Amino acid sequence: MNMLVARLVQALAVALLVGAATFAMMRSLPGDAAWRIAAGRYGYDNVTAAAADAVHAELGLGGPWLPAFAQWMGDLLRLDFGVSLVSGQPVLQEIAHQLGASLWLALAAVGLSLLIGPPLGILAGLRPGGWLDQSLLLVSTALKAVPQFLMALILILVLSVQWGWLPAAGYGTARHFILPALALGLGLAAVNARIARDAMARIAAMPFYHFARWKGLSRRQVLWRHGLRNVAVPLLTYLGLQFVLLVEGVVVIESIVGWPGIGHALVHAVFSRDVPMVQGTALVLGLGFVLVNALIDLALVRIDPRKAQ
Amino acid sequence: MTQSPRHRWPHWPLGRSIGAVLLVMIALFAIWGPKLVPGDPFAQSLMASLAGPDAGAPFGHDHLGRSLWHRLAAALRLSPLIALAAVATAAMAGLGLGMLAAACGGWTERALVILADALMALPGLLLVLIVLAIMPGTATGFWAGLSLVLWVEFFRLTRASARSVLASPAVQAARLLGFGWAYIFRTHLWPEMAPMMLTTAAFGTATAIMAIAALGFVSVGMTAPTPELGLMMVELLPYWREAPLALLTPVLASFALLLGLTLLAGGHRA
Repeated sequence: MNMLVARLVQALAVALLVGAATFAMMRSLPGDAAWRIAAGRYGYDNVTAAAADAVHAELGLGGPWLPAFAQWMGDLLRLDFGVSLVSGQPVLQEIAHQLGASLWLALAAVGLSLLIGPPLGILAGLRPGGWLDQSLLLVSTALKAVPQFLMALILILVLSVQWGWLPAAGYGTARHFILPALALGLGLAAVNARIARDAMARIAAMPFYHFARWKGLSRRQVLWRHGLRNVAVPLLTYLGLQFVLLVEGVVVIESIVGWPGIGHALVHAVFSRDVPMVQGTALVLGLGFVLVNALIDLALVRIDPRKAQ
Repeated sequence: MTQSPRHRWPHWPLGRSIGAVLLVMIALFAIWGPKLVPGDPFAQSLMASLAGPDAGAPFGHDHLGRSLWHRLAAALRLSPLIALAAVATAAMAGLGLGMLAAACGGWTERALVILADALMALPGLLLVLIVLAIMPGTATGFWAGLSLVLWVEFFRLTRASARSVLASPAVQAARLLGFGWAYIFRTHLWPEMAPMMLTTAAFGTATAIMAIAALGFVSVGMTAPTPELGLMMVELLPYWREAPLALLTPVLASFALLLGLTLLAGGHRA
């Protein structure tokens, strides 16, 4: 219960922070925001002073900041995000449209990383210092030094340009998922594997684990009944914290492969100074983190009832 | 009693040494490279477009005939310098606020923790993008945005370790004996925190460099003609078939830089 209250406070603080940051962005845009927004709406060649003035008046870009801030936060707390300055569509509608594509990509990446990382990490942790452990350390250290955008670049060059196996960019079919999901998932898997390995090595060295072996359970039975559940606790905790990393990756990777998701929309919104869109997407991403971590909190209590106290 | 060097550096395994050597080599190249072979990272010569290495450009030329040696050296000065400045600012802020939270407790601590938690829930790149849109100048924008993102980790670590150390009998005794806060920080807190600080600083620097390169790569960070690692990659990408080595130069440099930092950090973030 306490945990959920803490998450609620975190969610509120996120909303306040996003509101303040986007308000500051709105007020202190370098250059004339109205010109940029008008350019985004009508195209760079069709902007006139009249169009920019119309935008300026419509958005109330002048005036004192305190009432404007109060109104800004009021709108935010009433979940009124307004309309996109560029497309004129309601922000919520745009985000609802884009969120699905991003969610699928993120789920595919996490699923892939969980398929690759933890099994290898658990196998390595069962024999610390063995050849698998050593090579896993080497590979995961190297993978951690490859940023996600660089991974995407390498995968595009190798898998789609050189060998022609996968489309380099685009969205629609299952084939389009593989490349961006790999680019995101490999980095996550490198870290997952290390977490699982350390947890497994620590647990396998504990007295209760030896006792389970001693009372006659086979290696497999001990691992399934006593090992995995304990390994899941740090793994899940870390997965929640990694969510931010995943979102960052989604933002970058979507921009590279032209994925029609929320990250792509965010970069474009920042670029064309579409502040309501920035606010909406930032809020969805921040509250998504809080929601995912609240769910993980609940799951952890079920896995490890000691945490409830 | 003599102390062996081994005793003084208990947590200094092989990986860290390799990382440190890698970083020193990169720093030497970034600083001395342009002095060794004089040249200009901005000088274009379309005659030499994508040409191979020569005496004036040991790493060859890019699509505009600029020397990759000099562009790489400049890029390896730019983002590490911004990253180090951001990490230094973040470490100071995190350390100060973390100690403040641990020492004051109550609402000061609660408010700072809530702020840190809220910042942690937001993707770092997003905050950097927003700050970049607000601040004039890309380099200062990156510095401010990255500092804003990175201080949270320092704050959390400082608060956690300061809380336990400040409650320890040793600190109580020191305070009863009349020692000041500066003394307590130097003798009790800092030795406890220093190893963690190094790890966090190395990870933070790597995060910052990755962020600058990633935003450069998707064309919302540094702008041409600034020599920057991500920007160099995206500029050279269309010519990778004609000049694969030209593209490989910034790719390998980024990898070496980030590998050095990861190894120097040692272990993984808990």
